[in-house]
Amino acid sequence: MATDITQAAPDQVGEINKYDFRTVTEGVFKAEKGISAKIVAQISEMKGEPGWMRDFRLKSFEIFESKPMPKWGGALDLNFQDIYYYLKPADHQGKTWDDVPAEIKETFEKLGIPEAERKFLSGVKAQFESEVVYGSLQEDLGKQGVLFTDTDTAVKEHPDLLREYFGKIIPPNDNKFAALNSAVWSGGSFIYIPKGVKIEFPLQAYFRINAENMGQFERTLIIVDEGAEVHYVEGCTAPMYSTESLHSAVVEVVCKKGSRCRYTTIQNWANNIYNLVTKRAMAYQDATMEWVDGNLGSRLTMKYPAVYMMEPGARGEILSIAFSGAKQHQDAGAKLVHCAPNTTGQIISKSISKNGGRSSYRGLVRVEKGATNTKCNVVCDALILDPESRSDTYPYIEVAEQDVSIGHEASVSRIGEEQMFYLTSRGLTEAEASTMIVNGFIEPLVKELPMEYAVEMNRLIQLQMEGSVG
Amino acid sequence: MIDTLVIRDLHVSVEGKPILRGVNLEMKRGETHALMGPNGSGKSTLGLAIMGHPNYEVTNGTIELNGENLVEMSPDQRARAGVFLAFQRPVAIPGVKLADFLRHATTNVRRPDRKEGEELIPMREFRKELKGNMEQLQMDVEFARRYVNDGFSGGEMKRAEILQLAMLQPKFAILDETDSGLDADAVRLASESIAEIGREKMGLLIITHHDKLLVHNPPEFTHVMLGGRLVETGGIELANELHNEGYERIRKAYPDADAENQAMLEKEVTQPVG
Repeated sequence: MATDITQAAPDQVGEINKYDFRTVTEGVFKAEKGISAKIVAQISEMKGEPGWMRDFRLKSFEIFESKPMPKWGGALDLNFQDIYYYLKPADHQGKTWDDVPAEIKETFEKLGIPEAERKFLSGVKAQFESEVVYGSLQEDLGKQGVLFTDTDTAVKEHPDLLREYFGKIIPPNDNKFAALNSAVWSGGSFIYIPKGVKIEFPLQAYFRINAENMGQFERTLIIVDEGAEVHYVEGCTAPMYSTESLHSAVVEVVCKKGSRCRYTTIQNWANNIYNLVTKRAMAYQDATMEWVDGNLGSRLTMKYPAVYMMEPGARGEILSIAFSGAKQHQDAGAKLVHCAPNTTGQIISKSISKNGGRSSYRGLVRVEKGATNTKCNVVCDALILDPESRSDTYPYIEVAEQDVSIGHEASVSRIGEEQMFYLTSRGLTEAEASTMIVNGFIEPLVKELPMEYAVEMNRLIQLQMEGSVG
Repeated sequence: MIDTLVIRDLHVSVEGKPILRGVNLEMKRGETHALMGPNGSGKSTLGLAIMGHPNYEVTNGTIELNGENLVEMSPDQRARAGVFLAFQRPVAIPGVKLADFLRHATTNVRRPDRKEGEELIPMREFRKELKGNMEQLQMDVEFARRYVNDGFSGGEMKRAEILQLAMLQPKFAILDETDSGLDADAVRLASESIAEIGREKMGLLIITHHDKLLVHNPPEFTHVMLGGRLVETGGIELANELHNEGYERIRKAYPDADAENQAMLEKEVTQPVG
């Protein structure tokens, strides 16, 4: 297999985007283009799956076919028959980076994953196209019973634990793209944190789409047992092609009594990716679930991380940042469902639109009957950088109880001329000044990130502001 | 060669309305000039026009720093060339820490040829200098972590402006009512700081209604603005006269300019132009 990593795709010459490079690799197996029951069965067979999973996939495929495309959100000009649903990049998963095929290893080195792993991570999964090609976990965590594998391995090695929750938090019939993922899923992380185990450093997964017209459908399940704590981080990138690719993940999280889970996403998809992801967590008694969601890049993102607060004392927090540049639409938001008394929720959403980009906040707060004494606060702020760009807010609030406190604040602002003049009069260029104002705008969220990710987030925003991605 | 700032026949309009109608002013680095005048006479407009505010259109005339016309330059190029404006009402930049902003600004001004994305001045060096200046201004070092002008009191804003002046060390600085909104002690501190930072090294154009700032920074020249023109120039005795006796004599001596001033003041009720 030849390695030819070019710095930049031809249409991006002269602009710096370290994510926009293509790795030339044949892979070891590529399913035919398009989707059918035959392809779904073939994927299951390739993976050597048990019958129950094969049946789950085929049933999900039927649901996928029966559901219409969503009529809301953004424009979905997707041809499902023009996508590759499964590409196996390597014949086995590496336990050390030296076990990973050279050109794929080089890809992740360029993305800085092995370096980050050495510096500040408890464990790493690296997925290339459809499969996880590298996995590690600190030895002492393994000894404490922490499981951190790819989901395919979990089907084989931990079937009972997996089946208890797999497809239960987000059933295939939840929405068309959850059904699609359930039919063709591959890769993703399976995490189990045993009772009382608190992991100090984050576990990280990195998802890389490399091939043209590739669909990536990872499936992640995180189970945080009673009193346990974990911080999981995912990063996602892809090179730029002229045709569309699809990323459609399903992420299920269970936070048991008194546990705490923070799930941080920093994605910087190329502008040709449709990113249609379903993420949902169930938080039980006194448990805290936090989604920190940084959405950059993609043609269209539709993603609304959800927390269902199932028992008293549960807490759900969602912080999201969306950045839309030219020809991009971020339809992002959050969903909080209060199913029990004394539950607390918070949504903070910040969006930035530039060069004709469009950002929408779409959020739901629902208080079920019996969920008394609940509190929920929603803040969404939008910053629009030029007259061509657009921001919309779609807040939905459904309350079936009296004794609740719900706050909602929304603001839309444009970068002020006075702010620009003030900063430029002190020697900053216009570009530097607007980047500084934008970074200031998202600072309340970025300061919640661990330092390394805060630096990364600021750098990504800077790249967007320089227009090298847009 | 001594640095010079020369303004010739400067006409400035805001949204098509003329505010400055032929201002002439010459300053040398190391000199202190006081700019006085009644409300609405165009003092702040002169400061904003020198700095290059996009809403202040120069319709005629030049502003030359060592022979280079600033009118052709963007505000950041003017800053790099060595011009500084301490704002009367500085705007808040939420989420941007004063120290981060100031490190960036200081780097750009000291290295005028710096390209975007190149290294900033070393953190250690910057912090040391910042701390020294903050101590001199009797500012808590923690203050540098706050967001630029966000929730600052009037006094804090003015002190933050003086701190920036100290860090950026311009050739020429315009101080637009840097003494307003301060109590007596704060004015004394601000005046002393400005004297210490700038008096010898910079050309200062001090816009003020009061004389407190001028006690510590006695001007070699006092200019009186009325109706968008500098109608009279004198020494420190003129500043003292205006402070003690007001503008009656000036208004009577220049009735045309006074009429224009009244007209602008009436417009200012709906459209503040400073």
